[in-house]
Amino acid sequence: MTGVKGMLGAVVTAPLVALARVLEVPLRLWQRLTGQGGMVAFFLLPNMAIFTLFVLLPLVINIAYSMTTGAALFLPERTYVGAAQYERLLRCTDYTNLMTCQEDQFWIALRNTGTFVVLQVTLLIVAATITALILNRALRALSFWRAVFFFPVLLSPVVVGLIWRWILDRNGVLNAALVGMGMDPVNWLLERNYAFSAAIGVTIWAHLGFFALILLAGLQAIPRDLYEAAEMDGTKPARVFWRITLPLLMPNMLVVIVLALIRAVQVFDEAYVLTGGGPGTATLFLTQYIYEVGFASLLKNPGLAAAASILMGGVLIVLTLLQLALGKRNERKGRLK
Amino acid sequence: MKKTMIVLALGASLMATTALAGDVRLMWYSDGVEGEVMKDLVARFNADNPGINLILDEVAYKVVQEQLQIQLEAGSGPDIARVTNIKTLAPHWLDLTPHLSDAEYWRTNFGAHADWMREDGSDAITGFMTQLTLTGGFANSTLFEQAGVALPGEGATWDDWVNAADQVAKSQGTAAAFAIDRSGHRISGPNVSYGANYIGADGLPAPVDEGTKAFAEKLVNWVEGGQMLRDTWVAASGSTYRAAADDFINAAIPFYYSGSWQIANLSTKIGDGFDWVATGSPCGTAGCSGLAGGAALVAVKYTQNAEEVAKVMEYFAREDIVKEFSERTLFLPAHAGVAAAGNLNWQTEDDNVKAALDAYVAAAAETLPAADALPAWKWASPVYGALVNRISQVMAGELTLEDAYARIDQDIAEQVAAAQ
Amino acid sequence: MSRALAFLTRRKGGDAWDWTDVFTFLWLGSAVFIMFGPALWLVLSSFKSPAQLAEFPPTLLPYEAQTVVVEGFDRPLPLFSVTDEAGTRTLAEVRRVGTVAQMVDPENPGEVQRVNIANRTPVREVGFSWGNYLDPFLRFDFLNYTKNSIFVTGVATLITLLTNSMAAFALSKYEFRGRGFVVVLIIATLMIPLSVILVPLYSIVSGVGLINSLWGVILPTVATPTGVFLLRQYMLTIPDELLEAARMDHASEWQIYWRIVLPLTAPALAVLAIFSVVWRWNDFLWPLIVLSRQEVYTLQVGLNAYAGELNVQWHYLLAMTVITMIPVVLVFIFLQRFITAGIAGTGLK
Repeated sequence: MTGVKGMLGAVVTAPLVALARVLEVPLRLWQRLTGQGGMVAFFLLPNMAIFTLFVLLPLVINIAYSMTTGAALFLPERTYVGAAQYERLLRCTDYTNLMTCQEDQFWIALRNTGTFVVLQVTLLIVAATITALILNRALRALSFWRAVFFFPVLLSPVVVGLIWRWILDRNGVLNAALVGMGMDPVNWLLERNYAFSAAIGVTIWAHLGFFALILLAGLQAIPRDLYEAAEMDGTKPARVFWRITLPLLMPNMLVVIVLALIRAVQVFDEAYVLTGGGPGTATLFLTQYIYEVGFASLLKNPGLAAAASILMGGVLIVLTLLQLALGKRNERKGRLK
Repeated sequence: MKKTMIVLALGASLMATTALAGDVRLMWYSDGVEGEVMKDLVARFNADNPGINLILDEVAYKVVQEQLQIQLEAGSGPDIARVTNIKTLAPHWLDLTPHLSDAEYWRTNFGAHADWMREDGSDAITGFMTQLTLTGGFANSTLFEQAGVALPGEGATWDDWVNAADQVAKSQGTAAAFAIDRSGHRISGPNVSYGANYIGADGLPAPVDEGTKAFAEKLVNWVEGGQMLRDTWVAASGSTYRAAADDFINAAIPFYYSGSWQIANLSTKIGDGFDWVATGSPCGTAGCSGLAGGAALVAVKYTQNAEEVAKVMEYFAREDIVKEFSERTLFLPAHAGVAAAGNLNWQTEDDNVKAALDAYVAAAAETLPAADALPAWKWASPVYGALVNRISQVMAGELTLEDAYARIDQDIAEQVAAAQ
Repeated sequence: MSRALAFLTRRKGGDAWDWTDVFTFLWLGSAVFIMFGPALWLVLSSFKSPAQLAEFPPTLLPYEAQTVVVEGFDRPLPLFSVTDEAGTRTLAEVRRVGTVAQMVDPENPGEVQRVNIANRTPVREVGFSWGNYLDPFLRFDFLNYTKNSIFVTGVATLITLLTNSMAAFALSKYEFRGRGFVVVLIIATLMIPLSVILVPLYSIVSGVGLINSLWGVILPTVATPTGVFLLRQYMLTIPDELLEAARMDHASEWQIYWRIVLPLTAPALAVLAIFSVVWRWNDFLWPLIVLSRQEVYTLQVGLNAYAGELNVQWHYLLAMTVITMIPVVLVFIFLQRFITAGIAGTGLK
């Protein structure tokens, strides 16, 4: 075991170590010439160059796209229309009834994504917390149990969606089992609530292990003597959880919440393969809407898709900043203690 | 250090993918065995033509459908491609006429479909159909026989078929009476049979007419009444394609409306499970139309090697090659000469297949002009997309039919406006 | 056995069964079923024939119909178990016409019996369709695809580790103007799904001439905001005093980075390495767009040649999916400990 591990480690690190050694002398010279500022620039440059070219620039171009229309796919041949795409997305005759909106499916997707995020993230965090608490009970064969929960994280999202579609399909395994037990088959993917629950359940299935492990790590870092002291005082287990475990778990919990929220908003592959957005538009999410409008349909409309993605990005950035602010406040509280 | 060098060398070797003179790249997707047949033909071509290096790039259909357009607009892409979206992308195809040794051969044998793959008003020769497809029905004759229901005969309407299939479904306890693939293309033949015409006087999409409404209303009622399998249409949104072939294969529906391309698939998966027949398209008030279609092999005008591309195209368009390709893939040939000769030796042991192929050849004569115009009409795909998207919302109970018609008109108008 | 029993019946502290014990038991028990079940079923299904994949009700194990060679018939005949007025027996089917099957007793092939097809069921035995695994290897150059996948995964992971850790180092250990802005920028872009920027990204990659090059797959993915975010969170926990001490000893900033900070960040780097391997190996949408020539296909792109317009050849697709899963599962098994240790760190402040 260790031999193989060591070998793998060597293969990965050997080129890096060699590179690092070679760079030592020229970089000392560079540091002498430019000072610490030059070194900061050096450390940031490779990542920020790639980041700017392949992440930031497309985003900026996307803003430009959102203000154009036309059949051409590439920017130079498109016609400038100002805010018309945004107007089309946001116009409704009656804002209390989504069906009156010009782009009704954008609004439906927005509503579905909102509901999904709230429900999925809540349930995911509850399930991950329970799992972490259970795995923290000094179980034997812990690495086996960790593997059980972590294993779906390794599957590609498309595979996850497919497996579950075959399970939940009218002709699927679950219905075969129900029929086998003498019950009536259920059309899991044809009832709005079932299909929506399936989308939530399957995404939780796929990501539970990842988040449970982060929480488990936090739990294991909580000093045992705190619990022992509580037990001596005869504190009720529930109270121990709320007063000791949860507060000390907060830093990890914040990471979990941030990442879970991001993943939930971006939900696409698993849900798309599983339900295709149906029944009707019950599981149509924003990313699917953008993908269909801007890419999958034969008459692609990159302008409208870009506008929708910018609106979505705006909401996301507000959410993130809110969370960061929350994290900062927590940090300060932690320092005060 | 050594390892770094190896990695770098490997990297350099992988980057060297620039096109060589004489290279011809052919992008191909497969639904079944045609990829293997093609691979075989490509190997033979390369053996016979040492000056040309024909490379077959097998891709997912998704690539042809979604990404090829981006490549083409960037002025790149393969030299030849097998494409279904041939009309919309027509500006990117190469006119082979000056490079062909016998352009007349192409006009005679492939002229009927030349308009499908060139811009309106052009007389270019850009490629040929690798196969023709025709939408049509399949019936599980064993289920019909077990139920003691006779198969509706010639001239039977959609209602006749659905009612007969419903009797079978009730007597045999199947999930539903029938299913249609979730696709706007699939319901367009029936729409035309009820008098629909999508094309307005100005060549742009006309508003939803009575013919389309008549069949859409039937579809919605059949879903509500449980005759039409709910799953296929309701369990997806947008213009997502869903086929109901597996339900037919499992004998969960006695009648299935899809198309000729299913024949090979049904034969492999049903095997000796039950007898099935191709029924052609049921009739509406205006006729008994299916809708033709298919995939074409087209040359791309950004190629560096037009002469070689023409040689490759001439090879695959040869009468004997088309015949062999059709016989091995069980595709309907688009070559007028091959179709007229009619002595195709289908390579299958399944009697159901031969009968079904013959039935489709016969049904091809039944298509109505309004349906025949669609493959060569550049706005067909937004119409198909809007129909599926909105009608399935009605089936799911999210819209009323009246709202759906208004939405369909609006969706199409917006797409057309954005694309002009 | 007794040890296993002791393990299974182990309880929290005392002798009485606490409700939490019952709950733990139920939670873990159902987890094995729910977490492993679907994957196991995927593996078993990958051995089924196309007809069997479409079958309802689906069977757990792959089956093959049994055939028998009967005197007087050229090809082997399928065997059926027949139950009707004449009792239950095993017969071979000669042909089927409508609802009536003409069958013979393999022992006594002379006499043809007519059987209603409702009264017969095929005789089947567990059998694996190995062809699902073998055919694709004969037809496609999967060896080359594997080489490309390994190259993309390996190089992308190395570059990711290097550039992300350097940036994270700068963003966590130096004070400079605009640092807060860069951090917020990176975290904000964490949230942008790839599908949203496909078209602009394609035009950039095509502009720098990387279409149909493996570098076109590698470069856009290596500057992952997630990686910088994770590593920075971890590096913030390394005390600045360590760095100061090294500076006293005349270590250069570069030496501080790679001789002090990197080794201390090892668990987080291991996590990023593993995620990078899993992500890059499973990457699908982007490679599909960049790579359209078979000599540069990665495995995920190559196996998607089985997804057609109207039909998908599931039996091949499933088998190849199982094959492509093996490496990530192996990586996970070997590096499991690293993952947990590393994730432990990233969350801690």
